Amino acid sequence: MEGTKGEGQTGGGTMENNAEQPRQQDHLIRDGDFVVLKREDVFKAVQVQRRKKVTFEKQWFFLDNVIGHSYGTTFEVSSGGNLQPKKMMEEITSETKEAGIDNRNIVDDGKSQKLTQDDIKALKDKGIKGEEIVQQLIENSTTFRDKTEFAQDKYIKKKKKKYEAVITVVKPSTRILSIMYYAREPGKINYMRYDTLAQMLTLGNIHAGNKMIVMETCAGLVLGAVMERMGGFGSIIQMYPGGGPVRAATTCFGFPKSFFNSLYEFPLGKVNSLLNGTFSSKALPSESKDSISVEENNGVLLDDLQTSPKEMEENIIEVIENNHPQQETMEVISQEAEYKEQKERGNKKDYIQEFQKKQEQQKKRQIEAAALLNERNADGLIIASRYHPTPLALSLLEFVAPSRPFVIYCHYKEPLVECYTKLRERGGVINLRLSETWLRNYQVLPDRSHPKLMMSGGGGYLLSGITVANDKQKPESCAVELQKNEEPIAKKRKVEESEDLP
Amino acid sequence: MSFVEYEELIKEGDTAIIFLGHGSMFPVQVQHGAQTQTKYGVIRHSAHLIGQPYGSRVTCSKGGWVYVLHPTPELWTLNLPHRTQILYSTDISIITMMLELKPGSIVCESGTGSGSLSHAIIRTVAPTGHLHTVEFHQQRAQKAEEEFREHRVDRWVTVRNQDVCKNGFGVSHVADAVFLDIPSPWEAIGHAKDALKVEGGRLCSFSPCIEQVQRTCQALAEHGFIEVTTLEILLREYNVRTANLPLPDLGGALDPLPVLGEAQFKIGVPLKETVGHTGYLTFASKSLF
Repeated sequence: MEGTKGEGQTGGGTMENNAEQPRQQDHLIRDGDFVVLKREDVFKAVQVQRRKKVTFEKQWFFLDNVIGHSYGTTFEVSSGGNLQPKKMMEEITSETKEAGIDNRNIVDDGKSQKLTQDDIKALKDKGIKGEEIVQQLIENSTTFRDKTEFAQDKYIKKKKKKYEAVITVVKPSTRILSIMYYAREPGKINYMRYDTLAQMLTLGNIHAGNKMIVMETCAGLVLGAVMERMGGFGSIIQMYPGGGPVRAATTCFGFPKSFFNSLYEFPLGKVNSLLNGTFSSKALPSESKDSISVEENNGVLLDDLQTSPKEMEENIIEVIENNHPQQETMEVISQEAEYKEQKERGNKKDYIQEFQKKQEQQKKRQIEAAALLNERNADGLIIASRYHPTPLALSLLEFVAPSRPFVIYCHYKEPLVECYTKLRERGGVINLRLSETWLRNYQVLPDRSHPKLMMSGGGGYLLSGITVANDKQKPESCAVELQKNEEPIAKKRKVEESEDLP
Repeated sequence: MSFVEYEELIKEGDTAIIFLGHGSMFPVQVQHGAQTQTKYGVIRHSAHLIGQPYGSRVTCSKGGWVYVLHPTPELWTLNLPHRTQILYSTDISIITMMLELKPGSIVCESGTGSGSLSHAIIRTVAPTGHLHTVEFHQQRAQKAEEEFREHRVDRWVTVRNQDVCKNGFGVSHVADAVFLDIPSPWEAIGHAKDALKVEGGRLCSFSPCIEQVQRTCQALAEHGFIEVTTLEILLREYNVRTANLPLPDLGGALDPLPVLGEAQFKIGVPLKETVGHTGYLTFASKSLF
């Protein structure tokens, strides 16, 4: 069959016209790349920059040495904060196969470790390798040999975790970033667990070529996930509240510039005027009406820029950093080169011109977005915000074509129950489903397999469905489903006259 | 219609989903002159379907009506003819995300089975990716190939009729991701490693039994896979209902609260019975070293 044409070749061979960059280099870390640092199960997103100090898990280091290595390479922090690539080591099987059977004779007297705190600190200060410290701890533990094999294993693992700090540099993806956000900044993404996000992408049939409407207040994580699945094909209209869309998490994905060509944004505050036909392009950038106060110095000028989405990002990130100095999820985000230049140059006139140019561009994009929405033929709708979902769903579904999926996320179930009822009253939707997923992780080890932890409740709820042609004159069009769902007794189907027939 | 691209109007040769109400639906192959019987009467393809927009309401001969829907992998999963046990969208969604599938991904899969997951993979990796799927059962392999052609997605998939445990995936060092849903996945881990790109990739194995998972994890460790995690995802569905609780009669009014009557509210009740287990999903990354 036709599809076999690419078989046996590299992935690049089967690509059609998507070769933006030589694909074979894609797996190498480059200066300026957005990457994710990983230690055990802890993640942190950063941008690679030379001579930039990064702190992660109580250690600081420079990323200079990671450049040129493959993604997935593991590094060790050496003195002076340099990262040295580390080969994966064979697990040191304890030569002493000696082990106890049970713990009946093990007494916790607090004296089993012969090394003192000071001894250990001295070892560390001498710059002795982590693995050697672990070995010394084992040798100086009087109870180690009496522990069961499993307990010895556990002991070594625990010590390794503490003293052998290895960091893996991985490529950002929805998988990594959604796990990272849920673990570190769940409040920023409305407590949406990563399996819930996975459901949304599937239920929404997100794929290349779609024209999607996304309304989210999840730091841009949901937007990024949708962009990843669309691969730069098709278009996305992001509805945003306030002065501009938040895309801090979107930046972490490190998408190529081309992905942003078909990403539009439209202010939520103009949705009603667009729906009732009173939308005017003149009224658009109203938020930025009080243009720049020329007398102010550059530092203050920054504040006036909040209407511009790009700069907004940087503010958001600063906020994150200020609010959670101990949390290190996202340290670096977007460093717009031109923006920096302007800041340093301090040329106000140029700056204002630039700002006005940006405003014009922004206005133009919004008019384009409005036109796209007005076609009312979007291929899907994704809602995941801190707002009540019902008014959002009722309005935004107007822009969606018939026979398209929509997915609404909410941290709570009750608003979705209401939304379900209101959508039924509105009509034009079928196959409504209110659901939740539970996720259970397992430890799988010889003779020690069991569930790890139960995750429940906190992952959020989804209301999904499919749009259909809505006959406004016949609000009873959904009578069948209502009957079946709510009054199982009424089996009889409402018979409609065949007005629809040609 | 295409499973990878939305189209507005129904045309000859399309697979359309006829929606009868409350989760009851079935697929039809749209053909000039063809008729489909439903409990609400007959649907004449030429008059009722061809040229109509997807999502429209079709009035059948007895006056009842149905909706006709654009096919998606999710609707196909609910309506496909079962030749094997299939994976449902809840598992498929986490598989797709954890394997990091996106347009351009090259994926290896075995077995093809009934093609439930295959359609979802193709949807996600199109238009620049490819699926290499292996099915050792000849009839099933053929049937899957036919379906891919009917659904106009055959350019994104290659079906191979061979034993993945013995002969592998038929490709080497091309895949970004490998998915295994076979009885003895541990025997295919070596082939999976070979199919994945030199610079690494992701793997997922689906098994109903914990013993299978244990052997798979052991084989993964032996072949140097890292980041091995096993998880299970469960779907909880809720029916939205109006509930009534009668207020108790406490014998006369002491305060201004209503004495008798009912309290009414909307609630989401869990289904009486739901799927408790499909399978364990084991994920791993191919190590660079």
